[in-house]
Formats: sequence, structure tokens, C-alpha cells
Amino acid sequence: MEEKKELEIVSEELEEATSVVRAETVDVEDSESPLDKNVKLMSPTRMLLRRFFRSKLSITGIIMLVALFLFCWVGPVVYTQWGEIETDRTGAVDYAPFEVECESGDFIQVIVTNNGINALAKPSAEHILGTDEQGMDIFTRLMYGGRLSLTISFLAVFVTSALGIVLGGISGYYGGAVDNIIMRICDMLMCLPTLPLMLIIGTVLESNDVPSEYYIYLLMGLLSLFSWPGMARLVRGQILYLREQEYMVAAEAMGYSTVRRIFKHLIPNILPQILVSMTMSLGSMILYESTLSYLGLGVKIPYASWGTMIEVISKRSDILQNNFNVWGPPGVCIIIAVLAFNFIGDGLRDALDPKQRR
Amino acid sequence: MFKYILKRIGISLLILLGVSFILYVLLRCMPTDFVELKVLNLTQTSNTGVTDELIAKMYETYGLDGNIVEGYFNWLTNVAHFDFGTSFISQRPVLDEVFNADRLGTSFFVAAIATVFEFLIAIPLGITAATHQYSVRDYVVTVFVLIGISLPSFFFGQMLKDIFANKLGWFPVSGMKDAGITYANAGEALLDYLRHMFLPILTVVVLSIGGRMRMTRTNMLEVLNSDYIRTARAKGLKEGKVIYKHAFRNTMIPVVTGLAGLIPSLFSGAMITESVFDLTGIGSYALNAMQQGDIPVIMTYNMFLAFLSVTGVLLADLMYGIVDPRVKLA
Repeated sequence: MEEKKELEIVSEELEEATSVVRAETVDVEDSESPLDKNVKLMSPTRMLLRRFFRSKLSITGIIMLVALFLFCWVGPVVYTQWGEIETDRTGAVDYAPFEVECESGDFIQVIVTNNGINALAKPSAEHILGTDEQGMDIFTRLMYGGRLSLTISFLAVFVTSALGIVLGGISGYYGGAVDNIIMRICDMLMCLPTLPLMLIIGTVLESNDVPSEYYIYLLMGLLSLFSWPGMARLVRGQILYLREQEYMVAAEAMGYSTVRRIFKHLIPNILPQILVSMTMSLGSMILYESTLSYLGLGVKIPYASWGTMIEVISKRSDILQNNFNVWGPPGVCIIIAVLAFNFIGDGLRDALDPKQRR
Repeated sequence: MFKYILKRIGISLLILLGVSFILYVLLRCMPTDFVELKVLNLTQTSNTGVTDELIAKMYETYGLDGNIVEGYFNWLTNVAHFDFGTSFISQRPVLDEVFNADRLGTSFFVAAIATVFEFLIAIPLGITAATHQYSVRDYVVTVFVLIGISLPSFFFGQMLKDIFANKLGWFPVSGMKDAGITYANAGEALLDYLRHMFLPILTVVVLSIGGRMRMTRTNMLEVLNSDYIRTARAKGLKEGKVIYKHAFRNTMIPVVTGLAGLIPSLFSGAMITESVFDLTGIGSYALNAMQQGDIPVIMTYNMFLAFLSVTGVLLADLMYGIVDPRVKLA
């Protein structure tokens, strides 16, 4: 009876019903029930999307994410007034008058020096969100910082997931001694708390004088080596469960090759769970990256990331008190990004949960 | 059962060994002169006076000179004698530094109170969200708790500090107590302590409600969809009774087993929050040590965390067997 809820009953007239594109499934053809003629079967993917988009939160999440991507990638192309690490030197202008005597008479020469840094400027037409303590435009840095923060999180999540899927897959599919070894390594790595571990790796990298452009990529890359166990366990658990399912036994009985069984029957069934987990970890990666940057161990100044932009308030409480325009916007950006990923992940999970029939 | 526990303890010990080796190797990737430099800088500023002898001793206890494997076994032997070394920075035994009322006590106090509030707020929220699934109430609660999860702790902490301490002046800005104050009685001292703890605890609670609430909601939805709830409703039971007598109790199974999993978070200290509010907890202490390359402290702190999480997992598994009679431990 449960299936019926997922069926979409087409309410057209009978003549029209024949013209309705019927589902791809063959069962409709040779089914005896006349009802089936008026019924359109939905593919699992469509069902999933339908359930996903039914939740307003998922749509909000997607809109937020698209807006953020446009802001970070298209923004700097459109708004080219300031560069990422360009300092606004229009702050103070010094006038130094000299009296000069020459043949044609005396006159006064004024030397105008323009080296003052326009630091901590309030928002104005020139600087939409003002400038930071080094005279760099916050609005511009927000866009570049977003590029970096988002890129790094995506990279880290992809590397982590790839490792987790491969190792978890091997562990679940082959079992035995291999499984045992991989799972014990998982146990060990899971005992290492993420934030302290990142701090240690950060300090190690710093002490080995890694150039600051590569630093954050290396850091996140190394972190991936330690954070795959979550994904590996998920994949392994799913494989162990699915292996016992009747359709897998059937696939084996039909003599399909191992490759076909894995890629055509196993992976499509694990993919949704993997996607949920990846979306959720994207949010937490952004948080970790910004926390590290806030502690001064992430992206290094002058390069911008959202965490680096907030870092300054840990050292200067006057900025914390007086210049909300310096540290507020990046914080809001972090929240928007993480929230978007959480909304989407939450929506996906609800849409996928077989226990929540609607 | 007894045999099972013994076996699990054995495996846990092996895991801890592995963890310690990974940590040790990682830490040894720091060049020794870097460590020496950091320590020299620090000890100079703090006027403890550092001698060559001291540095030599430092190296010896951590085997920083020899090769990694040798150094690791050296460390292991010391640990077997409950000697976790002395902090490079303060030159006091690490165990005394970490495990005292000021450090562990503060962290535990913050975490324990925060956990109580977390449960008191998150569980009712989760239940209303589940019983009113897809209603306005569900959306509002979900949006708020998801915002809570998405807050970076440093940003939220600093924001609270800015608003409630700097601008409004309701709470002290940072630290454990007002500077240079003498209390008339114990009650006043406690009040001052609580005033200092309020904002950190608030930060931790807001950040952690989300996860617990989502878990409760999912569990509750699962239970509400099960057959015995349908039966209870079919019997004509009042909705309140169905939810609070039949559904709620079953929702609590994962919560109770999850209690053991709380052990690590109770003692590990909230690193960022503590450092934002300048608390003397174990978290901010470890954070400081990690930024300055104080190897003995880093090693001890992380091993402590690993020990806590291994214990947490072990106890959680045992709890399953006790709470849910369907689970057989073997």
C-alpha cells in the first residue's frame, strides 16, 4: 500500500490518459490492472527531487549558495575598483612647503606626500564596507576570501570523500583481514580530535617554512589524510547492508560481472548517503578552515579568507568594539555558507530517509 | 559479558598505542631548532631563566635528538611510569599543569552546565518539531537550530562579548573573576564566578543545541511512524498520552546510550570559546601549548582526549546492552 503514495495519479480524461507519457518501467505494459493506465510511475530520482524541492529550506539553501557563488566568482570581475591585497593609500595627505630661491624670484614649493594608509575607514561610496586595519577594501576581500574558503572546503571534502569511498569500499566488499586492518586504522584516526589535529599540523607546517600560498592547500590536504574514517565507515556499512539484499543476490545469480555489480547496482544505491554526508561536511570544513584562519594558522595575511578577516579582533579589542564593519561581514558570510550547506544536506537527508514515508 | 569487556579494553589499549605513535611522529616533524627557538623566546619573556642544561634535559625526556622510533619508545616507557614529562614553557610536570581544579575544573563546569541546558532545551524542541512536522513551528525551530550549528564559535563568542559585555556592560568582558576583588562571603564569590561563566556557557549551548535537536527530531519521527504508535492511536488514546507515554520513552533510547558519548566533550574543554573569553580551562591552555610547540603538553592533552573518546565509545556500547535488551553483546 505504501507504494501508492508515491504514485502520481493523472487526473486527465481517459482519452487524454492514453497520450500521457507512461513510465519507463515495463511493469505498466503487462500489468492487468486497468488503474495502471492512468498512473504515471516516477523514477526514484524524480521522486527524490520532488521530495527535496517540497521543503522550502532546501530551496532557500540552494538560492543562498548560488548567490554566494555569484558574489565570489562574478563579483570581483564586475567590481574591479580594488584588488584583493591592494592597500588604499589615499588616507592622509602630507603637505610639506619649502621656500625655494632661484633667479626668477622666490616661490614656495609644496611637496605632497600621499603615503597615509586609509585604514579602518567607515563604509562610503569609495569603500562599500569600509577598509580594514591595513587599508584594504573589505568588500573586495570578502569576495576573494569567499573564493578561497569555498574552494578549499570543496577540495578537502572531495579528497576526504574519495579516500573514504575507496577505503570503505575495499573494506566492505572484500571483508576479512583487509577489512579488519582498515577498520582499526579508522578507530585510531577517529580518536584524534579534529581541531587539535589541525592545530598540530598547522604548527608543523609553519615550523617547516611552507610558502604561504600553498600553505592552506597543504594543510587541508594533510587533514584529508586524517578525516576519511567517517566516510569510510558509512560506505562500508552501506555495502555490508546492500550485499545481503535480494537484488544483489539476483545480480550475482544472473552472472553479471563484479565491475557491473559494483558500478551499476551498488554505487547508485550508496550515492545518496554519500551526497548527504558530503554536503554536511562541506559546512563543517568551512567552519574548520575559518577557525584555523582565525587562530592565525590558516590562510596567511595578506591573502584573504573569511576567517583571516576576523582574526584581527583576537588581537585588537578596539576593532572588536568600534569597527563592526571589519569583522561582521565575513562572519555573516561564513554563517550563510555553512547554513546553506546545512539546509541542503538536511533537505537531502529528509528526502532520502526511507523511514519517513510521506 | 566479562570476556567481551576484557576484549574491548584490550582493543582500546591497542588503539591508544596507535594514536600515540601517530601523534608522536607528527610532532617530531617539527624541526628541533624551531621548538628550541620557541621555548627560548618564551622562557626569556617569562624570566624563568633557561640554561643549556635545561634544554638538554628537555631533549632527553622527549628523545628529540635520537631517531623517531627510539624517541617514541622512550616516551612510552616514561608514560608507563606515569611520567608525562614537564611542560617546556612552565617547567612544571604536565600532569599537575593539566589536571587541576583551575583547568579541568573550569572546563568541566562550563561543559556540564552547558550540557544540562542543551538537553533541557533541545529535547522539547525536537519533540515539538517532530509532532508538528512540516508546520510553521517545525520550520521556525529547524531554521533557528541550524543557524546555531552554522555559527563559527569564535565569531559568535566575540559577538556576544561585544554586545553584552562591551556595549551593554551586563557581563564582565573576560577572565574568571573581577580583578583585585575581595569577596565578602562565598555567595558573592559564586555569583561573580557565574557572571563570568554566563557568556561562555551561552556560547556553548547555542552551538550545541542544533545537533541534539535534530537527533531527537529524527528519532521521534521514526518512532511516530512505527506500528505500535498507530495501534495506540487506534485504541483511541489521547494524543498527549500517545506522544509522551509511548513515543517519548522510545525516543529516549538513543539519548540514554548517547550519554556515554558525552564523556569526551565534558572534559575536553571548548578550545575556542575558552580562549575568546580568556577562561583558564584545559581547552585554552592546550590551544596555547599547541600554538607554541610545547610538545609534552600537546602529547598529554591529545592522548587524554583519545583516552576519553575510546572510553566513551566503549561505555556507549555497553549502555546499548543495558538499555535495549534486544542488543546482545558478544
